[in-house]
Amino acid sequence: MGGSKNTKLVIDGKRVDGRTTDELRDIKIVTGVIPAADGSAFIEWGGNKILCGVYGPRECIPRHGASPYKATLKCRYMMSPFSSLEEHGRSGPSRRSTELSKVIREAFENVIILERFPNAQIEIYLDVLQADGGTRTASLTAATVALANAGIPMRDMVAAVAVGKADDILVLDLDKGEDNLGQSDMPVAMSMRDKKLLLIQMDGLLTREEIAEMLDMVENGCNKINTIQVDALRKHYENNGEDNFTW
Amino acid sequence: MGEETTDKIMAYVRRDVMNESLNKGIRFDGRKLEDYREISVQQSVIRTAEGSAVGKIGETQVLVAAKFDVVKPFPDRPKQGVMISNAELLPTASPTFEPGPPNENSIEVARVVDRAIRSAECVDLDSFYIEEDKVLGLFLDVYVLNHAGNYTDAATLAATAALLDAKMPKIEDGKIVRGEYEGNLNLTALPVTTTMIKVGNHWLIDPSQDEECVAETELTIGTTEKHVCAMQKGRGAVGKEELLDCIDMAFKKGNDLRTILKR
Repeated sequence: MGGSKNTKLVIDGKRVDGRTTDELRDIKIVTGVIPAADGSAFIEWGGNKILCGVYGPRECIPRHGASPYKATLKCRYMMSPFSSLEEHGRSGPSRRSTELSKVIREAFENVIILERFPNAQIEIYLDVLQADGGTRTASLTAATVALANAGIPMRDMVAAVAVGKADDILVLDLDKGEDNLGQSDMPVAMSMRDKKLLLIQMDGLLTREEIAEMLDMVENGCNKINTIQVDALRKHYENNGEDNFTW
Repeated sequence: MGEETTDKIMAYVRRDVMNESLNKGIRFDGRKLEDYREISVQQSVIRTAEGSAVGKIGETQVLVAAKFDVVKPFPDRPKQGVMISNAELLPTASPTFEPGPPNENSIEVARVVDRAIRSAECVDLDSFYIEEDKVLGLFLDVYVLNHAGNYTDAATLAATAALLDAKMPKIEDGKIVRGEYEGNLNLTALPVTTTMIKVGNHWLIDPSQDEECVAETELTIGTTEKHVCAMQKGRGAVGKEELLDCIDMAFKKGNDLRTILKR
C-alpha cells in the first residue's frame, strides 16, 4: 500500500476514471470460448482480460491425489508475462499466484458438489492475459461461469469484487492505480444465494466499522455481477453457443 | 493442511466426540473455546541475525530471524528499503511436512505474516535508504520448528518479537559492518494475528493440530491496537455478521498477545 499523499484518487466523489465510489467498471463475460475445454469463459472487466478453462470431472492424476469420498479440485491462477504495462514478467507460477490459486480453490470447494465424483478431479485454469487490478475477483467471477458451462453441479454461484480505501474514502472495485496508491484492499467472493463470504483477504489498515460498510458495498456489487454472469450463460444457450465472440 | 495423514484420519474419527465436548464448552486439551494455549516469547536466540525470536503457543514453536543485507531498491520506490519474508515448514517440525520447494502452505504463511507487518506500517522502510541504488533489505525468515497447530499466530508473534529485538547494522562505505550496530530498529506498532476455526457451530481460537484437521472454516485476522491489518480466510465459508464478531475477538485476543510482547 503506497498511501500516496500526492496523487488524489477521489475528487468530489468521482474517481480518476470518472466512476462514483460504489460503481463497478464495465464487465463483459462470454462463455464457451474454448471449444476444447469442458467449460470456459472469457471476462473483460475494465482493463482486465482473463481466460478460464474448466476440465473434468475426469480421472484424478496422479492417483495418490484422489479421494474415495469426493472429487479433488485443482486450481491454477497464473499471470502472463505480458499482462502488466510495466516490464515483461516471469513466466510460470510465483509466490503470489500460488497463494491466489489456493484461496480461489478454497472458495469453490464450498459450492461445487464434489461428493458426486469420488476419485475424480476437476481443474480450473485461470490465465490473466491483461491485468488492471482485481484479477483474482475477476477470475473467480469468470470461473463460476466456466464451471456452469462445463455442467459441473454447484450449490450456488459465486461472484467476487474487491473493495478498498483511497484518500480515506471507501471505493468499490479498485483498478490498478487505486490498488497501488490506495490505503487498503479487501477482495471478497460471495455465494449468491446464502450470501456467505467464500474468499476474504485484506491488507492495509481498516477499522471494524469500515469493514462492516465495505461488506455491504461488496454485496451490492456482487448482486450486479451475478446478473452479468447469468446473462452470459443465458445468452450462450439461447444462441445455441453462437456468441459472436471476438478477442 | 497437508495430505491425508494418519493424524488427520484419527482427527476425523474423533470428530463426533470433539463436537459433544465442544457443546459443553470444553476442548480436548481442557481449554475453553476462546482460550489460547500458553504463550511465550524468547528473543535474541540467533547471534548471527540482527534480530530474532522464538514464539511458542502451546507446543507449537516458530523461530523468526530478522537479518539485513544491502540490496537494490525496487525501481518504483528508489528511496525506500525492502522487506522480504519467507517461511519454511521444516520436515524436522512435523511428520506432515515434507522436504522440497515451498508449497502453498508455506507460501501462504509467509505472505500472511508479511501482509500483517507491512500493512501495520510498523517498520519505517524510508529509514533504510543508504545511497543511490543501495538500500537495506530486511529479510524475515520464518522457521516452523515444531508444529502442533496454529503456526500462523506463532509466526507473526515471533516476527514482531524479532523486529522488536532487531538492532540496526552499522554502515560504512555503503556496506554493512557485520557485528557492529547503531541503535535499534524502531517499531511503531505491534501487529499480531489471531487464527480461529469453526467446528460444527463453534468458533475456536488458536486451534490445535487435531482441531485444524476437522475445521470447516479457517480464518486469520491480523490486528494492531486500533486497526485490522490483515485478513485471510482458508477453508470454508463465513457470514458477514460472523466475520464482524471474529474481528471483535481478534482485537481482544490481539491485545493479550501484545501484552506478552511488551513484557
